[in-house]
Amino acid sequence: MTETSPVEILTAILLLLGAFFTLVGGYGLIKLNNPMSRLHAPTKAGTLGVGSILIASMVYAFDHTDGSLHELLISIFMFATAPVSAYFIAKVHVHRDRIGTPLPKLEDDREWATKVKSDTSD
Amino acid sequence: MLMTYALYIAFGAVALTLALSMVRLLRGPYMGDRVLSLDTISINSVSLIVLYGIARETQMYFEAALLIAMFGFISTVAFARFLLRRDVIE
Repeated sequence: MTETSPVEILTAILLLLGAFFTLVGGYGLIKLNNPMSRLHAPTKAGTLGVGSILIASMVYAFDHTDGSLHELLISIFMFATAPVSAYFIAKVHVHRDRIGTPLPKLEDDREWATKVKSDTSD
Repeated sequence: MLMTYALYIAFGAVALTLALSMVRLLRGPYMGDRVLSLDTISINSVSLIVLYGIARETQMYFEAALLIAMFGFISTVAFARFLLRRDVIE
């Protein structure tokens, strides 16, 4: 029986945290019953889970191999691009009238920019 | 010992999340949900590869994770633009 080092305890905690948040994201994707609500679960909880697992990998690499900050690159990329893709998917929902309630009317007979070329259907 | 159990739990959670997003991908009902499921699958593949790198104690799989992250984002944006404009590059 070998002694458990503090680095391994920290890595295990980060891994469990990441597993929990990833699972929350996947469960929310199934459970929520509204397209705009479903957008929240994977883009926020899921991204946090991936970031936690990447930090765990970085901490573990400093203890067991040479150690590098490579994973920081992936986490920065993830945290920068997750809102952008969520915004694009939300725009698709608005464009196709999948948000449940009608969009508020604009003054002076103007139209919503995403709805101008609304000649598409599923 | 502790690391082994934590890795098992993390592998199980990520695999279960992949299965759940696969269910949402097949069930739909709207195209936006399917694009969101594909995005989730690519993000979870990144964490699966990183977990495998921790288990094998190697840095070799880092490039694969970075590439999947980048292509996942680009494909999500391309799908969304296609659904919005029927045209990816204008």
